[in-house]
Amino acid sequence: MDKILEVKSLVTGYQGKEGFVRAVDGVSFDINRGETICIVGESGSGKSVTSMSIMRLVEYENGRIIDGEIKFNGEELTTKNTEEMRRIRGSKISMIFQEPLTALNPVFTIGKQISEAILFHHSLGKKEAWQRAEELVRLVGISDPQARLKQYPHELSGGMRQRVMIAIALASEPDLLIADEPTTALDVTIEAQILELLRKLRQERNMSILLITHDIGVAAEMADRIIIMYAGKVMEIANTKDIFDQPFHPYSKGLLESVPKMNGERGVPLKSIKGSIPSLNEIPSGCRFSPRCPFATDKCHTEEPLLEMRGDRQVACWHVDYLIENNLLQIEEEGGVSIEF
Amino acid sequence: MNSNQESYSSDSLEPLLRIENLKKHFPIKGGGYFRKEKKAVMAVDDVSFTIYKGETLGLVGESGCGKSTLGRNILRLQEPTEGRVFFNNTNILLHNKHELRKLRKQMQIIYQDPFGSLNPRFTIGQIIGEMYEIHGIAKGAEKEKKVKEMLELVGLDPSRYNSYPHEFSGGQRQRVGIARALALNPTFVVADEPVSALDVSVQSQVINLLMKLKKELGLTLLFIAHGLNVVRHISDRVGVMYLGKLVELSETDNIFESPAHPYTAALLSTVPEADPRLKKERIVLKGEVPSPANPPSGCRFRTRCPLAAERCKNEMPPLVEVRSKHHVACHYPLEEGQTLKEAIASRKTGQLSL
Ligand SMILES: Nc1ncnc2c1ncn2[C@@H]1O[C@H](COP(=O)(O)OP(=O)(O)OP(=O)(O)O)[C@@H](O)[C@H]1O
Ligand SMILES: Nc1ncnc2c1ncn2[C@@H]1O[C@H](COP(=O)(O)OP(=O)(O)O)[C@@H](O)[C@H]1O
Ligand code: SF4
Ligand code: SF4
Ligand SMILES: [Mg+2]
Ligand SMILES: [Mg+2]
Repeated sequence: MDKILEVKSLVTGYQGKEGFVRAVDGVSFDINRGETICIVGESGSGKSVTSMSIMRLVEYENGRIIDGEIKFNGEELTTKNTEEMRRIRGSKISMIFQEPLTALNPVFTIGKQISEAILFHHSLGKKEAWQRAEELVRLVGISDPQARLKQYPHELSGGMRQRVMIAIALASEPDLLIADEPTTALDVTIEAQILELLRKLRQERNMSILLITHDIGVAAEMADRIIIMYAGKVMEIANTKDIFDQPFHPYSKGLLESVPKMNGERGVPLKSIKGSIPSLNEIPSGCRFSPRCPFATDKCHTEEPLLEMRGDRQVACWHVDYLIENNLLQIEEEGGVSIEF
Repeated sequence: MNSNQESYSSDSLEPLLRIENLKKHFPIKGGGYFRKEKKAVMAVDDVSFTIYKGETLGLVGESGCGKSTLGRNILRLQEPTEGRVFFNNTNILLHNKHELRKLRKQMQIIYQDPFGSLNPRFTIGQIIGEMYEIHGIAKGAEKEKKVKEMLELVGLDPSRYNSYPHEFSGGQRQRVGIARALALNPTFVVADEPVSALDVSVQSQVINLLMKLKKELGLTLLFIAHGLNVVRHISDRVGVMYLGKLVELSETDNIFESPAHPYTAALLSTVPEADPRLKKERIVLKGEVPSPANPPSGCRFRTRCPLAAERCKNEMPPLVEVRSKHHVACHYPLEEGQTLKEAIASRKTGQLSL
């Protein structure tokens, strides 16, 4: 298959007071052309650091990639120099962030910022660039583009700013769009608009999307495949449908079960995972999920499982075979009827 | 189907709080060209409803629609501009300072932010213990004993009495916030987005705790949240707000299975569902919530409503009971079982009688 991105054994971390901490600790995955991949995991699991590593932006936040490979269209990114990286960033790979206000420059108009982005990648006249900006703004669903282009970021709502960010990200016609929690700061109805926009763009442009989210519902609706991360490591990678049919990792099961379903039984105690995610300088030995895992054995507490192929899926758990054979990873279906619209 | 029903039976309803024509307007500084023409953000605008003893009433709506303001005004943590709030049949907006202080014991709030709402310089023993001291209920060893009981109740290790907030995780801090709110054994608690800042696995721990405490202590809960799945799970009834107005109010199953307000129906159709096998018709609303300082005339939802008609521009729809125990503020509510899509279609073909 046509791979656009291949990440192998990536290790990224930060120099802390008590030594170097690994925020991403040996992460491997790939993305196919036209595919939408979601990274799902709790806060602090290393989702953002993974995407910032691909963009080579961790260096600007005192982080360092200390091991691994990142191949984009077959080209190794970890060895590129600053200038080369700058050219790839925002042209073939674009990124949008959770908080669209901080990512926009407050002193320039929207039009100026979008046309700058266009001019950075295309040799066009100023007027043509402005026209292209107008098209992009219309494409991302902002009405009255001519007036909007003359406005400043603070004059727009959160949802509109996120659309502007997407317009800027699209200015270079990227092959890969990385979106780090693009809707977390937005309201449900605005989130729905942005997700619809992303779906449309993917369809029309055959763009690959790496979507980072901690909302399992968003992942279920958007992703072709899902990567489950926990405390700096990948726990499981699978097709979206497969993982919801039957997770192969106890952490995946725990995550899926702790979300109340819209058709589940109301008022009953929700399933939850005991404890909480460890901080980076307290990563447990062995399987890092073991202190919270209901199935942990002695081996789990001492030896770390690797991410291994299992059919067309990947999972990092010592006891996956046993757990599947004994139906211990089955998500318990609750009663009730689905709401249809 | 709903085990909440044990503590809440819709037939033996006894009102605990009655909110009548509540308004909270925030004046805008420098707004209005003429002095007399005072501009204001109408955060809560003429809202009336009843909260029954022992129920969990969920409150949903987009940010800025007035949920927190409504909660704070009911508790008189903020002074309402207009209206009446009856608690056990007395209007608490007429209470003086002394009476209000007594009322505090019975009405409490849990905040969204488990990081910002606890004073970082106090130990959790002090944070919770303060409640007993302020109200002259206990001090010294007696206070410590009570605090430790509270810690146990919310699932925290009592030996962490002398720990500081930063030594706890987000979920644990939220438990501290809950312990503080429940310390004085209140009858009514407003929980303002108590799980929104938490990770899913921790969120479910805190929801379970709230449901358990509610049952054990016989609390009445106003549960504010924007996560519709969470609200559905925990609430007996649900109210939907839009731009300072209560637009729909009914029992949870009615709201989720047969919403009558177009806004509610659209909201529900776009909730990202954690199950890729459930395919649904999305109705994605156009545009954004207008500014509450300058709301549309007539029905406030009309600028985004797929069913809007001429009348919606001129007449503000009041909240009325359209079906049994199902209140909605809309001139053209959906019929029972009708989907928004069907309603839109029947509007197009002119079948909808106007
Ligand atoms: N600049 C930094 N300096 C030190 N540590 C950092 C830095 N950035 C991130 N980390 C740490 O790396 C770990 C992973 O962080 P990351 O931001 O990738 O989490 P995440 O999965 O994106 O979480 P969230 O869901 O909260 O966005 C965390 O423990 C975080 O504290
Ligand atoms: N102290 C205040 N001064 C001025 N405006 C306020 C104040 N508090 C809230 N508002 C405004 O009132 C409206 C409702 O706010 P809020 O009740 O916090 O909404 P929600 O909790 O539903 O997100 C918003 O427009 C908000 O900006
Ligand atoms: S390796 Fe052991 S502790 Fe880790 S997820 Fe599997 S069973 Fe649980
Ligand atoms: S009153 Fe009119 S505009 Fe308002 S919700 Fe009903 S149909 Fe829509
Ligand atoms: Mg992040
Ligand atoms: Mg609020």
